[in-house]
Amino acid sequence: MTQEKHTISLMVENIPGVLSRIAGLFSGRGFNIESICAAPTMDRLVTRITITTRGDESIMEQINKQLNKLVNIIKVQDLTETDFVEREMALVKVKAEPGNRAEILRLVDIFRCKVVDVSPTHYTIEVTGTAEKLGALLELLKMVGVKEIARTGSIAMAREKK
Amino acid sequence: MKLTGAQIVMEVLKEEGVDTVFGITGGAAIELYDTLARSDIRHIMVRHEQGAVHAADGYARAKKDVGVCLVTSGPGATNTVSGIASAYMDSIPLVVFTAQVPTHLIGNDAFQEVDIVGITRPCTKHNYLVRSIDDLARTVKEAFYIARSGRPGPVLVDIPKDISQTTTDYKPLPRPSLNSYNPRYKPNMKQLKWALTLIKEAKKPAIFAGGGVILSGASRELATFARRLKAPVTASLMGLGAFPASDELWLGMLGMHGTYRANMSVQSCDLLIGIGVRFDDRVTGKLGTFAPHAKIIHIDIDPTSIRKNIPVTVPIVGDCKLSLAELNRLLDKEAFTIDSKSSKAWLDQIEEWKNTIRLSYDQKDTIKPQYVVQKLYELTEGKAIITTEVGQNQMWAAQYYHFDQPNCFITSGGLGCMGFGFPAAIGAQVACPDKVVVDIAGDGSIQMNIQELATAMQYKLPVKIVILNNRYLGMVRQWQELFYDRRYASTDIEQAPDFVKLAESYGGVGMRATRPEEVEPVLKEGLGTPNLVVMDFLVEREEDVYPMVPAGAPITDMLLVN
Repeated sequence: MTQEKHTISLMVENIPGVLSRIAGLFSGRGFNIESICAAPTMDRLVTRITITTRGDESIMEQINKQLNKLVNIIKVQDLTETDFVEREMALVKVKAEPGNRAEILRLVDIFRCKVVDVSPTHYTIEVTGTAEKLGALLELLKMVGVKEIARTGSIAMAREKK
Repeated sequence: MKLTGAQIVMEVLKEEGVDTVFGITGGAAIELYDTLARSDIRHIMVRHEQGAVHAADGYARAKKDVGVCLVTSGPGATNTVSGIASAYMDSIPLVVFTAQVPTHLIGNDAFQEVDIVGITRPCTKHNYLVRSIDDLARTVKEAFYIARSGRPGPVLVDIPKDISQTTTDYKPLPRPSLNSYNPRYKPNMKQLKWALTLIKEAKKPAIFAGGGVILSGASRELATFARRLKAPVTASLMGLGAFPASDELWLGMLGMHGTYRANMSVQSCDLLIGIGVRFDDRVTGKLGTFAPHAKIIHIDIDPTSIRKNIPVTVPIVGDCKLSLAELNRLLDKEAFTIDSKSSKAWLDQIEEWKNTIRLSYDQKDTIKPQYVVQKLYELTEGKAIITTEVGQNQMWAAQYYHFDQPNCFITSGGLGCMGFGFPAAIGAQVACPDKVVVDIAGDGSIQMNIQELATAMQYKLPVKIVILNNRYLGMVRQWQELFYDRRYASTDIEQAPDFVKLAESYGGVGMRATRPEEVEPVLKEGLGTPNLVVMDFLVEREEDVYPMVPAGAPITDMLLVN
């Protein structure tokens, strides 16, 4: 069975403990969370949570049903079954010495990211894109020297019908 | 109307039709208890919180209603966890109120503080910490609604002490409606029609009924359905009583300690109709080998039960009663008739299996536990409410007491929680004061909640305890005998109280049988005594439960010898 990557979008009640219920469900049943991202929506009573996970068809069916069973979850959508937009953001602090600053800025330009903090020895780069794009940039930045990194995990949304 | 939090709780309890609460008090629960004592709700004071939850569980099952508990914070709350987990596994509707330290102390590691909502999240259907007096009435209302609707289950409500003391305006609320919780009862017609097609094609149908049939009150519909199809019926442990054991289509229980004919029928059938079951490992044995020739129709109210363990041909999400009623209607509408030739061949085959290997034991010089259960069945004419502890006693009860009615067999099926049977019997006796309630116990399990003898005495509950006393933790000993070369590691419990004197010391009646000929007289006298009675039967120490399918084997791999 293939363990395909799935992106699940949840609408949940914005009350304490909901994230813990979801995390507990995944750990208790042996499902795996690759990333999880939660923030309120326009409706302050509703939070949107995006989870990326892996599983074969039967595991995904169980994840879907078990999430639906949680009382505080309003809606579960496995976006992988539809056409959707997915983005992730990262902040990457890299060593910026006189010899490689030009190279870093070239990469920033090619990947259409931004330098958001500059110090005599480091640049902090803000990058947005798919997980693949972030991965590609990080590979290149590794050669320069990455000091630290913070990633948001995926957020995603279904595309409107055209 | 200005009411305190505690008064609001009592008001909602009354609105929900609650007349009995099981529990024990403590510092944080003092306001709730003060108010409860002045209300007209009956309180059964147990001696340990685990007993309270099991008692509420037994009460809920015998009365077909929600069971309610009230305990204090900290250890009071943590002591409920086994009981809650048992009710969760068996889908029993409970509302458990735990008191909590005052709001301003939460998170400070206060005296008797514990995060019970965090602890019970994975073993409740839902739970709440009430953070404001304004949320209290709505929360309690929701708790009852969630506990009893859909697939039932326990709901915990944690109430900080200050909230039980604060006053606010109260007016009764309507039935809650939640935009995130909306159980589906009505089955999909397309799925039902698909099921009907398979039913028409089947030559060797079998029905597998579970606790869901009992919870939805679908026994009558099940009987009509089975007789219509002439389909033999087996059941999980939780499903015993869903279909009358005296019916000729009854196969006996399925699975690890199921009957030969039930296991053979399921492994040979070409259509298996699972109703209100979850295909637990104790039933299926090795998954890939279960019902290998069968298409499977699975009816359950909980979508997560479907296709969780086994692949299903036709999933039907819905209430068992509604689904079966609808299937029966469709069968009538289409003037369904069975193919009498194939049906006869199938039933003849089952009859042959029945005659090949029956449940049996050999009653010689020492008392056989099966004999005690069989005599108990005969003397009570199968009309008692039976609760069990967990282990060999539970399996012998399931095999040798035959249930014709639902809600009469009360056992910790999913969790297998030792110490369940006696407090559950107390709850069942409170619910049904006119019925004979018997806890079939082992000498190990009974000691796990033996303190409730005081509760039974205090409320004059004439529960009967039948101890099948083999001085072992018998089921584990059986596994050690079969799979661990008879190395009885920590299963010998010869060091035990004198159960007769123990019963007497609490004010009850204690009796003992040591020889086979004493079994019947002791049972007769014990059952006829209008008091708490402990009957201690010294049984064959190394008697095993058979048939037995070793864990993880196909269910045709039955050990049959004794």
